[in-house]
Amino acid sequence: MAAPALTTSKYAPYWQAAPIALIFAAFFLIPLAATVVVSFWEYTEYSIEPAFVSQNYLDVFDGCFADLPNLCVTFKTYLSTLKFCLIVWAITLVVGFTTSYFLAFHIKSLTVQMALFMVCTIPFWTSNVIRMISWIPLLGRNGLLNDFLLSTGLVTERQDWFLYSDFSVGLAFVHLFTPFMAVPIFNSMMRIDKALVEAAYDGGASTWQTLWNVIIPLCKPGIAIGSIFVITIVMGDYITIGVMGGQQIASIGKVIQVQMNYLQFPIAAANAVVLLILVLMIIFAMTKLVDIRKEL
Amino acid sequence: MTDTTTTTTGTAGVSRRTLLKGAAATAGLAAGSGMITGFPAIIASEGVTLRYLGTAVNQSADIAKKAKEDLGITIEYVPVTTDEVTKRIVTQPNSFDIVDSEYFSLKKLMPSGNLMGMDSTKIKLADKITPVFTKGEIAGKQIGDQGTAPKKVFYLPDQFATEFSAEPTQWITLIPTVYNADTLGIRPDLIGRPIESWAELLNPEFKGKASILNIPSIGIMDAAMVVEAMGEYKYPDKGNMTREEIDLTMKVLTEAKQSGQFRAFWSDFNESVNLMSSGETVIQSMWSPAVTAVRSKGIACTFQPLKEGYRSWASGFGLPKTLEGKTLDGAYEFINWFLSGWAGAYLNRQGYYSAVLETAKENMEPYEWAYWMEGKPAEKDILAPDGTLLEKAGAVRDGGSYEDRMGSVACWNAVMDENNYMVRKWNEFIAA
Repeated sequence: MAAPALTTSKYAPYWQAAPIALIFAAFFLIPLAATVVVSFWEYTEYSIEPAFVSQNYLDVFDGCFADLPNLCVTFKTYLSTLKFCLIVWAITLVVGFTTSYFLAFHIKSLTVQMALFMVCTIPFWTSNVIRMISWIPLLGRNGLLNDFLLSTGLVTERQDWFLYSDFSVGLAFVHLFTPFMAVPIFNSMMRIDKALVEAAYDGGASTWQTLWNVIIPLCKPGIAIGSIFVITIVMGDYITIGVMGGQQIASIGKVIQVQMNYLQFPIAAANAVVLLILVLMIIFAMTKLVDIRKEL
Repeated sequence: MTDTTTTTTGTAGVSRRTLLKGAAATAGLAAGSGMITGFPAIIASEGVTLRYLGTAVNQSADIAKKAKEDLGITIEYVPVTTDEVTKRIVTQPNSFDIVDSEYFSLKKLMPSGNLMGMDSTKIKLADKITPVFTKGEIAGKQIGDQGTAPKKVFYLPDQFATEFSAEPTQWITLIPTVYNADTLGIRPDLIGRPIESWAELLNPEFKGKASILNIPSIGIMDAAMVVEAMGEYKYPDKGNMTREEIDLTMKVLTEAKQSGQFRAFWSDFNESVNLMSSGETVIQSMWSPAVTAVRSKGIACTFQPLKEGYRSWASGFGLPKTLEGKTLDGAYEFINWFLSGWAGAYLNRQGYYSAVLETAKENMEPYEWAYWMEGKPAEKDILAPDGTLLEKAGAVRDGGSYEDRMGSVACWNAVMDENNYMVRKWNEFIAA
């Protein structure tokens, strides 16, 4: 019995890992390699030709270093995207954390907990685009919010900045992505042994001390995973910025889309590679702060 | 779709042409297996399925239904955006059997060698196609030809040529489907005064209430119309700017953007309708069916004729080079049917113009022809092809007759020699 079991176990892990490895290779590694390769190719208006030129990367950063301290388009675009990242990350973290905290520690019944948790996922029941577009009649110049503010006399004329502004983009991002933050944090909190919290209380710790010294450290993996979700989505997003920003706010995704529409695949690929490197650097920095694998 | 293409072309060491051939074979297989499910062939085109690539605006279910009834040909629409049509022809030339593409894209499409010239001897009404395309004139009068005017890219010296012929030949690049003259759309109820010039788009009076379309190759033409109307500069050819001219145009636009002139930019039909009908904008670049859509909600909207003229566009049927046999015959048959009147009348009733006016006229009621084409007040209520009320009796079409509108064309949508530079500058403008 022992001998066949041994031979099986020798190859079994490989077979078991094969499906995901194949999918990973076919739909991630090969396209990624192709993107990197194409980013060094040459292009005309109707063709792309194999080559090894760095021109596309030079074009991405055209004038970026020569014109300092004035910002070039690429730097301006990344700066604007990073600004949204930071704001949205901070807000979704606070909202996601407090929501999860309420669910995990204040609701005693598991049924109610799960029911309320499902409520948090309601935004995912409709499509992303519909969730965004629904803001327009609310925030528009002739929208409900303006009507309400006018009728209460809080403002004397219709406000333009609710829609097609940084405000509306930020609002839509928070609306769309808070669940991505809340779910992993909630998951981490549910794993915290309640005995630890009780021990902290028994030891005389205040609520804040317990929160700061017990709960937050134990939620770190959830916070890190949620942060990675939110930051990577915001970095690559161009649809939300497009719809809610009235297409007047630049995003790196939109630049890539325009370049692809004009068949400039190599420079689009170069832009994608630069974006990928930046996002990987952010994720790398975050995993340095929190060892996700160790704490899972 | 794009990703797949990148993958195919991305493998180093294999020439692009070989890979495209491979892709062709795969697509051919797919097409072949599709045909087996069709009905057994009775007449030449019976049971043929044509994969029709184009923009959703031109792809009407009624036309497909009527073609099925009249010809037995199944039309399978592949609806994508204008830019995507071009991209598909260049990168996946075997993913369709017939394409409805804009003429201005031809400057990119023909050099790719993926389309073939259409044999005008097989197009029964080829000599009836309006002279707007063949000679660039209307009722004997030359019309504006700045940009990629169809007459410049209409003929090929031979069937598989990659350059255009200045002289009429047997080989036609695209057989026209629809064309129109575009201008600014306005909300007359919110503006309350006459608008006569493209310059009004950047008038500070409409600060925060204007919009321009965010499709670089079309947006820049609208911008050029504005710059010229403001008296800032007179372009030798708006449709083929030099780098300095592009810089100048984008500078004017950027200054307007930074001072808050624009409420938003739009890039698809529905966005333009939403902006206008919600009152977020009162003046903007617009397309004719979008104006109709706003009006059908009961909101006043005018497709305002302007003294500097219109920016025109045209699209037409092209055939992929690899098309052959029954499918090729079916494609010619479908095109001949398309020009024979029913489809033309259908398009004219939507506010577009069709290629062969005589046959379309035979398929329209005299009062419809008088309203849509002659610029006369409507004798009866004007209905859309689907039966919705477009205009009450007595209304007159914005801009008047066919000759008035097409005769006042100032420029055509274009692909410039400095296209890559222009796209880069446009991205800078969006980021500014």
